[in-house]
Amino acid sequence: MANAIATAHEHDAHHAHDEHVVLPQHLHHFETEEQQREAGTFGMWLFLLTEIMFFGGMFFAYLLYRNWYNPAFVAASNQLSVKLGAINTAILITSGYAMALGVYAAEVRKKQMLVWTLIATTIFGFAFLGVKTVEYKEKFEKHHVPGASFDVKEFVNPAAFGLKEEPLAPDMAQKTQIFFVLYFAMTGMHALHMIIGLALLFWLIYRANRGDFSSGYVAPIENFGLYWHFVDIVWIFLFPLLYLINKHVG
Amino acid sequence: MMSAPINNNTIVNIPDQRTAKMPKRNYINNEHGLLSWLFTADHKRIAILYLISITFFFFIGGAFAGLIRLELLTPQPDLVASDTYNKFFTMHGIVMIFLFLVPSVPATLGNFFIPIMIGAKDLAFPKINLLSWYLYMAGGTFTLAALVLGGVDTGWTFTTPLSTHYLNTHVITAATAIFIAGFSSIFTGLNFIVTIHRMRAPGMTWFRMPLFVWSNYAASILMVLGTPVLAIAIVLVALERTIGIGVFDPTKGGDPLLFQHLFWFYSHPAVYIMILPGMGVISEVISTFSRKRVFGYTAVAFSSVAIALFGFFVWAHHMFIMGVSNYSALVFSLLTMLVAVPSAIKIFNWAFTLQKGSITFETPMLYAFAFIGLFTIGGLTGVFLGSLGMDIHLTETYFIVAHFHYVMVGGMLMAFLAGVHFWWPKMTGRMYPESLSKLSALTSFIGFNITFLPQFILGYLGMPRRYHAYPAEYQVLNVLSTAGATVLGVGFTLPMLYLAWSLKYGAIAGNNPWQATGLEWQIQSPPLTENFTETPIMDHEAYDYEWLENKTAHEVTTVG
Amino acid sequence: MHISPVLWQFLTKWLAASALFPREASTVAPYTDALYFFLIGMTLVGLILVGILVFGFSIRYRRERNPVATQVEGSTLLEATWTIIPLAIFLVTFVWGALLYFRIYTPPTNALNIYVIGKQWMWKAEHPGGQHEINALHVPIGRPVQLTMISQDVFHSFSIPDFRVKREVIPGRYSTVWFNATEPGTYHIFCTQYCGTLHSGMIGEVTALSPEDYDKWTKESTSGMSLAQNGERLFASMGCNACHSGSAAARGPNLAGVYGTKLQLTNGSQVLVNDAYLRDAILNPSQHVTAGYAPIMPTYQGQISEDGLIDLVEYIKNLNSNYRVQQTLGTSQSDLAAPATPGMVKP
Repeated sequence: MANAIATAHEHDAHHAHDEHVVLPQHLHHFETEEQQREAGTFGMWLFLLTEIMFFGGMFFAYLLYRNWYNPAFVAASNQLSVKLGAINTAILITSGYAMALGVYAAEVRKKQMLVWTLIATTIFGFAFLGVKTVEYKEKFEKHHVPGASFDVKEFVNPAAFGLKEEPLAPDMAQKTQIFFVLYFAMTGMHALHMIIGLALLFWLIYRANRGDFSSGYVAPIENFGLYWHFVDIVWIFLFPLLYLINKHVG
Repeated sequence: MMSAPINNNTIVNIPDQRTAKMPKRNYINNEHGLLSWLFTADHKRIAILYLISITFFFFIGGAFAGLIRLELLTPQPDLVASDTYNKFFTMHGIVMIFLFLVPSVPATLGNFFIPIMIGAKDLAFPKINLLSWYLYMAGGTFTLAALVLGGVDTGWTFTTPLSTHYLNTHVITAATAIFIAGFSSIFTGLNFIVTIHRMRAPGMTWFRMPLFVWSNYAASILMVLGTPVLAIAIVLVALERTIGIGVFDPTKGGDPLLFQHLFWFYSHPAVYIMILPGMGVISEVISTFSRKRVFGYTAVAFSSVAIALFGFFVWAHHMFIMGVSNYSALVFSLLTMLVAVPSAIKIFNWAFTLQKGSITFETPMLYAFAFIGLFTIGGLTGVFLGSLGMDIHLTETYFIVAHFHYVMVGGMLMAFLAGVHFWWPKMTGRMYPESLSKLSALTSFIGFNITFLPQFILGYLGMPRRYHAYPAEYQVLNVLSTAGATVLGVGFTLPMLYLAWSLKYGAIAGNNPWQATGLEWQIQSPPLTENFTETPIMDHEAYDYEWLENKTAHEVTTVG
Repeated sequence: MHISPVLWQFLTKWLAASALFPREASTVAPYTDALYFFLIGMTLVGLILVGILVFGFSIRYRRERNPVATQVEGSTLLEATWTIIPLAIFLVTFVWGALLYFRIYTPPTNALNIYVIGKQWMWKAEHPGGQHEINALHVPIGRPVQLTMISQDVFHSFSIPDFRVKREVIPGRYSTVWFNATEPGTYHIFCTQYCGTLHSGMIGEVTALSPEDYDKWTKESTSGMSLAQNGERLFASMGCNACHSGSAAARGPNLAGVYGTKLQLTNGSQVLVNDAYLRDAILNPSQHVTAGYAPIMPTYQGQISEDGLIDLVEYIKNLNSNYRVQQTLGTSQSDLAAPATPGMVKP
């Protein structure tokens, strides 16, 4: 090699041996573990940025149509159960808390704690999806799922269904379908992210139990934590936009 | 060690062929068998996989271009039925844009050289890199499936409500293809950004990076931020088509223009995803063959980033005649004018790189000159379309077809070929045949102009794009264009043949046939799997030819 | 050299019949062409400049003549020059283009209004006098003509290259374009937005006639009923007159003379009553309730074709008094055989 491209090798290798033993998970193409860990985290943040843009398209559509068809959005939003939504928010925040504890457990190399926090995260994740299923089922029964079976009768004639809403004109009632499209697209996409996350959690539990993350290698846990918190945050935006923003007392 | 060049017409400096040998150990012969390629995590091997697959899709897309031009030889719709013609240009567009232009330079040359140029052993996430290629291939397979099952005729723009309610072709299959291929490009962009941020060798500061790395960095930002918006737009189209959700359907209160906004929010930046890496290639080539530092390095680097940032705020210039409000028309037109400025800066910086240089005219340089000329025309005709009043008459005509072909084919494809020829010795260890390649560069340039110059005139005459039949008075220009396309076809087929030939029979290139300064030229050709035997330390600017001279002198004295 | 005379004749005829530049047949065409030539000039100057630099440097600094390169860092002054000068030129282009845009898209108030419906794959023009044309359009020269256009299905785009005008024809909303033809003759109409199988068959001809010829054409090709008259019939048969009767106690607002006025809506906004507003108010009435009225009007989405809507709009536009509304109402109420509301009314 040229004189100018001098060797950094000797110096670095010397340095690395002083610090700590090389982890088995250290990939050969990274100079240091520090670099590997930073690259992983940075990559995860970029991926989440991509995700934000992905959801952003739907948020944009939501804002546009909410502006155009405000009465329909108010009426349709009032059909959602704030109680179930709030329960789900609580479940998800708890799940996020368990995940944060998991990251902590991995960092302090407590294997049992890590496994149990991950299991807790998973259980709360499933609970969230369970509640979501109940909500979807109700929408299905009420014919609020967009498509051929969509029905606006509750919005045109709320009194007949024991609702205290103001009736919507038929043309405006038709626009509630757009609200439900966005509701299903956004919560559905969110649920899909939850399902992917849960699949990853099983894999992480298996590996954690094997002891993979008990010797200072915490990148997968950390990055999954970022992902899981991102999914939480999306919900934190969805909950007020879909459930709360148009809520009126009574 | 090297046979000293006496010839003053060339800087090519290859080892004495009687004694030269290919390096014993390199990334190509490191492992053997098909599986070692299909499961590789080596960025160089993945780049080769990409190179082979995008070449395949380029010729598929090119075949459709040929069929389109053949049909347009006569004014009557006589070669194929209208439906078939519509499928032709749809396939041409989808294949060329999503399967060739978007991945062309980044996934092949970028994949191969970005890690080496910044002194890294690989991209940050080699497995994700391989995943990108598999996603790309899955996207390609879905595209071919849509083609084989009977085609799709939405046009590559998937305009709603046409694509959602009025066509009975394989729209969902094609949409899936684009969705999947989109994730391939997201992961490539993500990998590049992380690699460039975190994997630079000691001493490789941001402003010592080659401009090729800068331009790929800018393109990666666009890939990561733009592509997901396309993904969601495509998902909504698929949902609208399958269950009729009504987001884009005016009879249900949806807004068909919303799709246009979402689609162009990606697809305009996509133009810069395609052209920026090409600009990076041109910077490398021009510097190398004029033996000079790129004039105003910082300005060229920042102009790439400026293009990427402005590129996100001009999408509505595709909708000037669609009834956007006057204010947004004004704002988007103004921003479009601003985004043209960094491109102008680059052109002049390249021109002034030549000043006081010591210029030779090897094939990559010829392609680079072709790029400058054609991109200047392509860029300036873009100003026509960004100018509101002019856009009314020109949009949706052959003028726009000619404009983006000047940018995409005249610009990007020429840059791609410049890059492939420039780095071919490094990738394969062998030289391509010089005179044949010069001939093909010239053929492409001439063929290109005969094909697309008449289309500007056709566009001003008003001939609409995507027309299967046209009024008889447009025939002469169309015949000219088709004739040019034939020449162009020859120009593009030749390189594939002689490059394949050179794999076995080309002269052995040695480490640095062009005497270029980049880190990639300081290692063996083809490189080792781990790129460097020792982590390099960067102690000079990019394009530092004095450093190179000193180094060579030092080597000669030490070796001699 | 021997060229067969037949071939020679064919070639000369073929070349002579081919076009290189579109005709200038409207008042805006010269303005568009002026900008076009300016831009071509800009392109040529830019191209020649870059060409001179690249070729000049290539010759002057080729390796034979200049074996050793002189390294130059850059030059802020030069770079500022080629940032500012292109920027200035582009800004001129921007202003010029914007002025032209508003010239092309701002119709004069006295324009003759013709409705155009685009559908796969034909253009249908409806003149106020009731003349219908398919893939053809007759217009007078020397008089501004405005087209109010809508699509019945997908996006189309209405383009007359020789007039240098074009506008997207969008499903679900009116768009307009105007021109003032200067030369009698026939010109191409193209659909320039890809719209499915027979996109390239969605063409037609606009015939510009002298005012006398145009009057003659109008008289000869009338269908006997003007659009407003069709609209009046539709207005009665759909039962619109039951509420919009114009009487003080009516459940719907008075429509006479409403066109062109500013209307106060129940949601507090003020809107200008134009074609687009009227069409929207028929299809989505609850968003357009006039202040002081109850939101009781049913939607007519899916019940009236675009042609029918145009008739109604044209009728309301020309409605100056409610005399005939009330007359019709009287007869239809006394007449038990009043026409039932058909599902789809096509004139």
